[in-house]
Amino acid sequence: MMKPSLWGLKKSPWVYHVALSPCNNCDIEILDVLTPRFDVERFGVKLVGSPRHADALLVTGSINRHVLPRFVELYRQTAKPCVVFAVGSCALSSSMFRDSYNIVGPLDKVMKEIDPAAIVAYVPGCPPKPEAIIAGVVKALKAL
Amino acid sequence: MVIGYFFISVAVVLILGMATSWVDRKVTALVQARVGPPWYQPVADVAKLLGKEMLVPETSRAMGFALAPVAGFAAACVAGAILLGMLITGREFAGDLIVLVYLLAVPSVSMIIGACASGNPVSVVGASREMKMLLAYELPMLIVLVTTVFRAGGDFRIARLVAHQQAEGWMLLSASGVIGFIVALVSIQAKLGLVPFDAPEAEQEIMGGVMAEYSGPALALFRLTKMMLLCMLPVLMGVLFLGGFRMRGWDILWSVLKYMAVVVPLVLIRNTNPRLRVDQITRFFWGPMTVLALAGLALAALKV
Repeated sequence: MMKPSLWGLKKSPWVYHVALSPCNNCDIEILDVLTPRFDVERFGVKLVGSPRHADALLVTGSINRHVLPRFVELYRQTAKPCVVFAVGSCALSSSMFRDSYNIVGPLDKVMKEIDPAAIVAYVPGCPPKPEAIIAGVVKALKAL
Repeated sequence: MVIGYFFISVAVVLILGMATSWVDRKVTALVQARVGPPWYQPVADVAKLLGKEMLVPETSRAMGFALAPVAGFAAACVAGAILLGMLITGREFAGDLIVLVYLLAVPSVSMIIGACASGNPVSVVGASREMKMLLAYELPMLIVLVTTVFRAGGDFRIARLVAHQQAEGWMLLSASGVIGFIVALVSIQAKLGLVPFDAPEAEQEIMGGVMAEYSGPALALFRLTKMMLLCMLPVLMGVLFLGGFRMRGWDILWSVLKYMAVVVPLVLIRNTNPRLRVDQITRFFWGPMTVLALAGLALAALKV
């Protein structure tokens, strides 16, 4: 028997879009996911305007020193339990910017320092297709 | 006994409210040519929010911040018990319509208090908009209420309104009734914070506005309050203009049709209009809507 709150979390994940210095391609794909064509409201997914309401943070971009403190703040403002999604190659591995002077590293390394217990899911691609993002969300929710 | 009726009425309002909010989202989805959420979506939303942690911001006044959603929810429960209790059991008291109008304003006030206590500038902007909107839509709404009561013989009892309409036909079937119905429908749209009038919660400009700092169970309470209002206000419209609801035999189907005849226009207005600025909303309600409501009152005095 699943706990009602966990069942609710799986059936209504509200997402908050966190852009940490991306090139905007992943962001455009995320917006595509939210259009009527893909209709993620079928799964209860809704875009919310405040991290307080969010159950999933969709993080895009290679994380640099400038946005890191903002992201730490934002993660602390999010009501737990929540899932952090690394969307796109940059969030996964810092991609081709990894040797740059201002990069602090991929999202999972950063998350380990902020909160070792955080749940991080990965959606690879440059940018990932909307279908790939939906598949990633479904897999992450199954693993909860 | 009374407590039993209270809990039954509140449960009925909650279930109806959740079902209505699903209808709202499903019709919205159909308008946008999508499939939309499954029927259990509102239950899942609330179950999830109740299981999440509640964050209290450092800059907030914790007491007001935590108590505001409880106050709003309590007022909605009592309003539901008065309205549904009257419809189910026939219990009533002198002036229950006045009490109901006051109770239905409390959720908006509690939202203002909660937002002001949260210490977030964006929330405070939302609260100030909510306050202006409350002042704006209450005026034509109250004139319409007075008009209907005047036509039913000047008694502020919900049961009296229903009895009058059952004796002499629906309020809607007269010139003043049609005007009143239109004005009340638009005012209800604003009271529910649906799209042309959702300036206090504008997601794109002020990040959820009055709700911006709420999370977990407190947000769940606010959402439940909204759902209960989404159920009660159409019921109130049905009582005022469509001859009330009878809950026996085939009349149940007829009652559901009446209820949907109020809910679906609300959803369609919400899906076909852009958001207004708060000054436009105030001008709209204090200008054309109030004039229209006064015209309805004048027509009612002429017995048209």
